[in-house]
Formats: sequence, structure tokens, C-alpha cells
Amino acid sequence: MTELVSTTPGLYPLPDWAKQELSDLKGHQKHDLISGNEGADIVAAYDRAREEVVSEQVDAGLDRVVEGQLRWDDMLAHPLTVHENVDTGGIVRYYDNNNFYRDPQVRGELTFSGDVAAELDATADLLGDDESLQAVLPGPYTLAELATDEHYGDEAEFLDAVGDFLADEVDAFPSHETLFLLEPSLVFSPPGEDIDARVPDAISAISGATDADVVVHTYWGALEEKVYAHLMDADVDALGFDFVAGDRDQTLYNINEYGTKDDIALGLVDGQNTLVESPETVRERVDWTLDQVQSQTFDTAYVTSNTELFYLPENRATEKLSALAAVADAEVEVEA
Amino acid sequence: MSRDVENREQFRPENHDNEHFLLTTVVGSYPKPKWLNRATDLAEDPDSKFTDEHLHEAHDDACRVITHEHERAGLDTVVDGEMRRNEMVEFFAHRIPGYEFNGPVKVWGHNYFDKPSVIDKVEYDEPWLVDEFEFTSNVASKPVKVPITGPYTLASWSFNEHYDSEEELAYALADLVNEEIEQLVEAGARYIQIDEPALATTPDDHAIVGECLERIVSGVPDEVRVGLHVCYGDYSRIYPELNDYPIDEFDVELCNGGYEQIDVFTEPEFEPDLALGVVDVHTAEVETVEEIKENIKQGLKVVPPEKLTISPDCGVKLLPREVAYQKMENMVTAAREVEAELDAGEIDLAAPVPQAD
Repeated sequence: MTELVSTTPGLYPLPDWAKQELSDLKGHQKHDLISGNEGADIVAAYDRAREEVVSEQVDAGLDRVVEGQLRWDDMLAHPLTVHENVDTGGIVRYYDNNNFYRDPQVRGELTFSGDVAAELDATADLLGDDESLQAVLPGPYTLAELATDEHYGDEAEFLDAVGDFLADEVDAFPSHETLFLLEPSLVFSPPGEDIDARVPDAISAISGATDADVVVHTYWGALEEKVYAHLMDADVDALGFDFVAGDRDQTLYNINEYGTKDDIALGLVDGQNTLVESPETVRERVDWTLDQVQSQTFDTAYVTSNTELFYLPENRATEKLSALAAVADAEVEVEA
Repeated sequence: MSRDVENREQFRPENHDNEHFLLTTVVGSYPKPKWLNRATDLAEDPDSKFTDEHLHEAHDDACRVITHEHERAGLDTVVDGEMRRNEMVEFFAHRIPGYEFNGPVKVWGHNYFDKPSVIDKVEYDEPWLVDEFEFTSNVASKPVKVPITGPYTLASWSFNEHYDSEEELAYALADLVNEEIEQLVEAGARYIQIDEPALATTPDDHAIVGECLERIVSGVPDEVRVGLHVCYGDYSRIYPELNDYPIDEFDVELCNGGYEQIDVFTEPEFEPDLALGVVDVHTAEVETVEEIKENIKQGLKVVPPEKLTISPDCGVKLLPREVAYQKMENMVTAAREVEAELDAGEIDLAAPVPQAD
């Protein structure tokens, strides 16, 4: 029996009212974006928006609830762009999307910040006794790739420093059920030979800081075989894969050739298209995908959108939550 | 294979002083007067007495003013500054059956875009631009250029719910652009510019853009000048492939990068005419005439004067209006001075720009 757990990789679109209200409160320019010390009006608006996004997930019936990361103006680069020893440079393209973020230029030691922990504390308060909280962070390789290092001076040292930084952040998190580490850069700009073997260590440093189940989720394609083989050395509970935009054959080859963890995350709902999948479609995709993995059965399969959800208009993002939640209503029997 | 580019002579003004003729033009957008933005807000406010008809009148007034502003700057071909357009994809998606809007999506920070979804077969209904072209032509004394967002960009910057691939959607939209151009040509348009900024993001799709262009120009007479504008990109990834595009003119943004990429186009020989960006649209500092003349000479490294068009890097809508105007005026002055120097044989076409030591 594989337990299906419905979830999302976070980074929700702001509710439309909050887009307008925060745009009026903050402004449109580079220096108007979140710095980590925003004023009371802005904090209050984000609090209301967070409450809305959390209720939507609870109402939809998702098994894991995320904070939504509505404050993350710089998407996955956020934990660095609000850091006191990081300057924000020019606006740079976010992967191959028509989206942009401020280049985080690391100019000093990556000391403890606590920014994400504060968001999760607020979310835990909203959820009360409900134990469905899922934390989301960029993985260490992705965060290092999105940044410019002006301090550590060595790629490997910088990766380790980012890993240690994230581990300290996780250590301050409230109790959470699952931690998703998003690692699209492992696909988009794979690590070279000098660094690929260090990536699992940096990830393990983070997973060692939590008792929660840790999922390393990848998207926008399939992992190169060698990167995948190294990633299997990371001490985590599941690896996540993009079965929407990715090269499915390559992903299935990796899984069947090298095995995978006892759990798996399946990116099966398109986070970048307004076409809303029906629960039946999602269920078919789950069955098909699990069927293709001949080598093993899973304790848990996380069913998720392949990417963050902020690419979508608010209405469609909300509808996708229902499709995801419906699919995990019952457990599914999978043939070995 | 480039089209017949003899069609540039029709834009030479009757009273042109110089033997040489560097066609001066703009990419399209221009800062909207503040009052037009206020009028737009009023028209959206259900409590105001300002109606859509009033807004239409305001648009007409703005187009008249901005078209004349372009003429005052001395440009050989003019536009209306895209006063009626809000955004380059939204504007067209509102006119194409098959599209729907679901709400804003983030571009960066609190800048949003009403990214539309294609939920059905895209079709041609009413003309998109013929009315505005006719209006602008009537108020202009110079030939009017018509910028149209290209099908590849219209496809890439939409959610595709209906077609099997983005490529298939782009070709369907290209056929609609072709129909629109047919209508525009019938209304008298002789200068069309296809804008494909999305190609800069995904240059590996250059063959798709090529096929789109084949569809776009199908049946369009040779005397109609067709340009392609692509901004902010690594041009080496689409050159020399763009030499095969069926266009008269390729319009580039190179001033912003200090002409670092100009040599990309020197080998092999550049086939279409080159429309060269000679003023930077991302700095509010107005380039002097002397600076612009040096920029124009960069273009002479790629094409001879009879194949060189002079333009700003991109649309100027983000600049303060007086800066936008001054840049255009200086640009035209510089072009006329370079023409006179060419007439006088003062520019060495074999080495138009002094080599750096």
C-alpha cells in the first residue's frame, strides 16, 4: 500500500486584493521589495494574505499545508535577499521564465537569520493542533546558484556555507511534518564534476537539522544521470520529479537504474498552465507513473504540482489545489 | 532569404537635402501623457461619469499629439506611440477569439501582467489595428509604421490550454497576423514591424519564428516593408540563421550594450537591412548628437548606408516624455549629419569606426 499525500511546493500567487494593496503600500521599484524589516501595514497585509492561503489549503483538503511564501518577492532567492550580509544587485531572469528577481550578492558570513522560521511560526499558530505543516526552502545548490558569492571565494566553500546556513534556519523552525527542499537548479544548470559530489553532503546537513520527512524536489526537466546518482547519497526521505515538463523517460531511467528513496514526490499537476487537471486525470497519472517504476513500491508518494504555483492567476491556482487534494482521498493499491 | 528591400526609397522625404538617405524610425511605444493615464483610471471607475466614448476621444487626442510630436522630431516614418495599447500581449489577446483572461500574474516584485489563456482555436474576427492605422494616417503627414506583437511572443507569453504545442499555437497566430497585415495593406499601410521579444529568451526556437514569418509575409506585396524587432538578447544564437528570414529589415538593441555584439553580424554578410538602435532606452540621459553619430557609424560596419535604418534601441515608453522627445530629435539630427558627411566622402566605409588601440 502506497499512501498518497497531497501537497504543493509552495510559493503561492498573492490573492488579487493583496497584489493591489501591497503594490500600493510598497511600490513597484527594485528598492521597494521585501527587505526583512517591513512596516506594520505591510506585515498586517501579509498576515491576512497568509491566513487566506492557509485556509484555502485546509478547505481544499490538502494533506500538507505550506505557508505560501507570499513575501518571497525574489522567489527562491528570498532567504538570501533579506539577509543582513547580502546586498541586492540588478534584476535577473528567473530560469527560463518571464520572471525576474534581485541578484543576491553575498558580502559577508551567512549568519543565522530566522526570517523563514518567523513565517512558519505564524503558520503553525494558524493551524493549531493540525499537524500538517510543511516547510519549504530552496535546496543549497539552487540557492547558491541563484546568488553571487562575493565573500567565500570558492564554489565548494560557498555551497557548504549555504547548506550550513539553511540547516541553522531549519533548526529554528517550529515542529513540521515535512520539509520540501526545492532544487530546480540541479536540472537547469547541473553541478560540474568539481562540486557534484558535495551537493548530497550540503543537503544532508539540512536534513540533519529536522525530525521531519525531507523531500528534495526537482523540476523543469530530468536530472542528468550522474547528478542523480550523487543525489541518491543525500540523507533524505524522498526525491521529487517533474513528470509534466520533464523528460519522463530519462527520469524513469534514473529511478529504475539507480533506485530511489523509500518515498517519492510526483510533480503531476502543471504549475505553469491554467488548464486545471481533473482529479481523475491526476489519479491516472499517479497510477501510470507508479506503474512505470518496476523496481520498487513506496511507503509514501507525495502528489504535487511540478513547480511553484505563483506563475498562475489566483483562481486557477486555487482550483489546482482541489484537484490535488481529491486524488489523495483514498489509498491506492499498487502492484509490485 | 531576405525580401526585396528596394521598398525603402518610398520613405525618402521629397525635400530630403542629402544624396544619402538613412531611414529614421522608432520601435513604437512612447510615454503616455499623464492626463491619458488619469482618463483611463476614470473610465474604469464605475462612480465617474467618464465613459468609454470619452476615453476613446482621449485616445484620439493622445494619438494626434504624439504622432505630431514624432513629426516635430523630424522622423521619416512615425507611429502613434501605441497610446491605445496597455500591454503588448493583452492588447491583441483581447481582440482574438479563443483567448480568455483569468487575472494578473507576477512578472517581478509587484509588477503584474494579465497573462491570457488560449482555451479554444484562435480566430480572426474584427480587424485589430486598421482603425487606429487609418486614424493615425489621417493626422500624419509622414508615412505611418505599424508595430504588431509577433505570433511567437503572443504564444509564448500566454497559457496554452488548447493546442498540442506552443509551436502549433504560434503558427495558428501567424496566420491571423497575415490576415491582419492584408487588411492593413488594403488600408494603405506600407511599413509593418513584427515584435518578437520572446525570441531573445528562447533563441533555440529561431526556426519556429522563421516559419511564423513565412506565414506572415505570404501574399504580402514587395513594396510593403516588413521589419522584425528583437530586443535584449544574445544575437549570436540567432545569427546567421536570421539571414534566412523573409524580412526587409532586422531591428536590434545594441546601444544599451555599448555595441559589444556588433561584430556578431559582420560574418557572414548581413542580408536584410539593419535597423540599428542608436539611443539607449534604459537611461534617462540624452545622448549628444556627436555620440549618436558614432553609434550610427557602428552600423556601417555591418551594412552600407543604403541598407541602414536608424532607430532607438526599443520602445521609449519608460522614459520621461521630454527625454524621449529629445533622444528622437538628436537621433534625427545625427542621421542627417552622417548623411551629409557620407555625401562629402568624409566617412571611410571600409573602416567607419576608428579601431581601439
